[in-house]
Amino acid sequence: MTEPLLTIRDLHLEGRTDEEWVPIIKGVDLTLDRGEVLGLIGESGAGKSTLGLAAMGYCRDGVRVSQGQVKFDGIDLFEASAGQKRALLGKRIAYVAQSAAASFNPAHKIIDQHTEAPVRHGVMGRAESVEDGVDLYERLRLPNPEEIGFRYPHQVSGGQLQRAMTAMAMSCRPDLIIFDEPTTALDVTTQIEVLAAIRRIVKDFGTAAIYITHDLAVVAQMADRIKVLLRGEEVETNETRAMLSDPQEEYTKSLWAVRSFKRPAKPAVAEGTVPVISVRNVDASYGPVPVLHDISFDVHKGRTVAVVGESGSGKSTAARCITGLLPPTGGEILLDGEPMAADYRKRNKDTLRRVQMIYQMADTALNPRMSVGQIIARPVQFYLGLRGAAKRKRVNELMEQIELDPAEYYGRLPSELSGGQKQRIGIARALAAEPEFIICDEVTSALDQLVAEGILKLLARLQDELQLSYMFITHDLATVRAISDEVVVMKDGRVLDQGPKSEMFRPPHHPYTDLLLSSVPEMDPDWLTHLLETRGVDNIGDAATDKM
Amino acid sequence: MNTVLKIILQRLGLGLLTLLVVSIVIFLAVNALPGDFAQVILGQGATEQATAQIRRDLGLDQPLVMRYFAWLGGMATGDLGTSFAQLNFAQNMGGSGGVTVVEQIAPRFANTMFLAGVTAAIAVPVAVGLGILAALYRNTAFDKAANVATLSSISSPEFFMAYVLILFLAVLNPILPSLSNIYEGMPFGERLTRTLLPALTLTLVVVAHMMRMTRASIINLLASPYIEMARLKGIAPMRIIVRHALPNALAPIINVIALNLAYLITGVVVVEVVFVYPGIGQLFVDSVKIRDIPVVQACCLIFAAAYILLNLTADVMSILSNPRLRHPK
Repeated sequence: MTEPLLTIRDLHLEGRTDEEWVPIIKGVDLTLDRGEVLGLIGESGAGKSTLGLAAMGYCRDGVRVSQGQVKFDGIDLFEASAGQKRALLGKRIAYVAQSAAASFNPAHKIIDQHTEAPVRHGVMGRAESVEDGVDLYERLRLPNPEEIGFRYPHQVSGGQLQRAMTAMAMSCRPDLIIFDEPTTALDVTTQIEVLAAIRRIVKDFGTAAIYITHDLAVVAQMADRIKVLLRGEEVETNETRAMLSDPQEEYTKSLWAVRSFKRPAKPAVAEGTVPVISVRNVDASYGPVPVLHDISFDVHKGRTVAVVGESGSGKSTAARCITGLLPPTGGEILLDGEPMAADYRKRNKDTLRRVQMIYQMADTALNPRMSVGQIIARPVQFYLGLRGAAKRKRVNELMEQIELDPAEYYGRLPSELSGGQKQRIGIARALAAEPEFIICDEVTSALDQLVAEGILKLLARLQDELQLSYMFITHDLATVRAISDEVVVMKDGRVLDQGPKSEMFRPPHHPYTDLLLSSVPEMDPDWLTHLLETRGVDNIGDAATDKM
Repeated sequence: MNTVLKIILQRLGLGLLTLLVVSIVIFLAVNALPGDFAQVILGQGATEQATAQIRRDLGLDQPLVMRYFAWLGGMATGDLGTSFAQLNFAQNMGGSGGVTVVEQIAPRFANTMFLAGVTAAIAVPVAVGLGILAALYRNTAFDKAANVATLSSISSPEFFMAYVLILFLAVLNPILPSLSNIYEGMPFGERLTRTLLPALTLTLVVVAHMMRMTRASIINLLASPYIEMARLKGIAPMRIIVRHALPNALAPIINVIALNLAYLITGVVVVEVVFVYPGIGQLFVDSVKIRDIPVVQACCLIFAAAYILLNLTADVMSILSNPRLRHPK
């Protein structure tokens, strides 16, 4: 038996919060053979990234090892000197980060960052490394491999940068690569290209990898084995196929089942009903740049319209037009059949009250200096004019509606709440105005799946109770499937396709809808392989969706 | 590149506009000073007639707006007027005309620029170098020592630092001359030696700001994902700071450097006095004392222009340090 490439034994890591050290990783064991790909999954806060970095012998500021051992090819990484570790990092162990846009240095050309490790580690000279880089770009199916490296990071799209970073990790032909959520920030159609590229190159060079993600369907495509983490502890480990078909632990099963939430379909809207919101032939532009072209869709009372599309498709711009933050350059928007003023400054208080918004990042959308009670009370007073005891009573009611106990949470600051709780406060704040129409802008995309499901259920319940209408902006088709009544598909500022959910998810599709639908990873380890075969492997890299 | 050019032209236009506004403020402020040249020169026993006569000769009896536009017009053609004091002096001696403000200020201004240049040549590299080292060895004894040293030097009065330096470098160890009375036509080497002590004094005053900004803006970036990436590529700490952090930290550093250089041109009267250095600061103070309005106004305008020009340069350089602007998509 040959020794495994990486062995982690009984690892305990601690992180500092205020003046206290609290455990993050509580006794994890891990072995990885040469050429093997291990998937590491769990929700945020499970310690996946911390564990991935510890496998490189690296701890971020405020993290320390309290116990245990990490051995890479016989070298104890926590005993090794800083110099010894530097000689390994980049050369034999490499890292691919979640956000390539943030992890490439904006001040230097991509190729200069690519050649840095091989030149510094003495693996090859600069000229040779440039040549090798071009070769890697070609293998990763980047467009213009000869030229793309000589651009600055901001001149290259996100999906391409992520592949360029994978090439950079490969520059010294390491034995082990840590992939830390490399596709989480990408659109589904771009994600496929990156997944395919990573899988191919890891296989070509026989590199061992740890693939960290929260997306089960993604890990199923990439890993030979899967390890599930929960709050710093291992839940279970198994071969990918066995894990998918027969999860042993309750927690794993709950992860697998999370996408099961689905609302029953509502009957079709009666002919001639006046929609709550009607967007008619709207054009909009940022300065001289046109971003929306002739957008039209209706939202009816008590129903949810999901607006889907990739980043840059104009979903959020459409929302900004409806709220009046960005006055359209053409077309009109009707509220209950009455045209609204284009600019929110020209709308009266009642119109403003009837259209509310919930934001993606609850973290930044809540004033950190105001307590939960103050945040919710403000629209209650502003729109409804309630004061004193009546205001307090209404805030309590709202907090009960979003399932947060007023006695416990009224005086808390946003920083004392979890991500899901913050998003609930965002919902309560929108409800406080007693609106008819709420725009939900990617409200679940920053949340873990279990928490996101709770938010979706809450929104569905509130809709039934209060007959609210939602415009639900998302790029996640699973969410669309779960809650929408009608679907609007957008791309490049145009509506490509729209209709009731039941029709949209049933063939025949519009070609772009089809591309979107087929790009959502499925929990089948062969899904990516089959998809690449149907689409033709060779044109995956420069698929039509590759944006510059 | 077009966008950059557009931004630069825009800033230049704004700079000129600022200068115009400043010229109005200067003019009004100088005229709001109590007393005028005629009163100061003739003393308390002057008759109404005599003061009125001098005012008429100097054009001080004209309305404020007229005088402003006359001054502005002269400025636009490079004529800053004639110094009242020199005019008087020249006429008494039976000479014709007088020494223009330009002739009077030019050599002084050149001296000030020379002193500022020598100081900058020492202070900027020292400050940035110390800042880099402090960032590299942050929270170590070196970092703390550098901080304490530069902070104490900035907190002590300038004249005190000057005398301390004179004591150690001119009196106890006579290496450098304690007087900096340079004159026109002096050989460069000697000029440099004589300027060294005031330059060192000023270095002690300006280094702290620049060093602390360098340190802070580098440390600010050390938590960035691209710095972590460089560490995970096994790059040595010094290279991480110089190659990966510094180029992205330049904008705030450049701004602080510009601010300090502007200070070197406009705020060094005390050091000039201590070392008897014939710079523009002394001339300015003397002219205010005798209400020699053309000189005061010209000095103010030069100071304002120096501030505006240096900040403009800093702005443009910050913009150029951003690759997103240098290399648009």
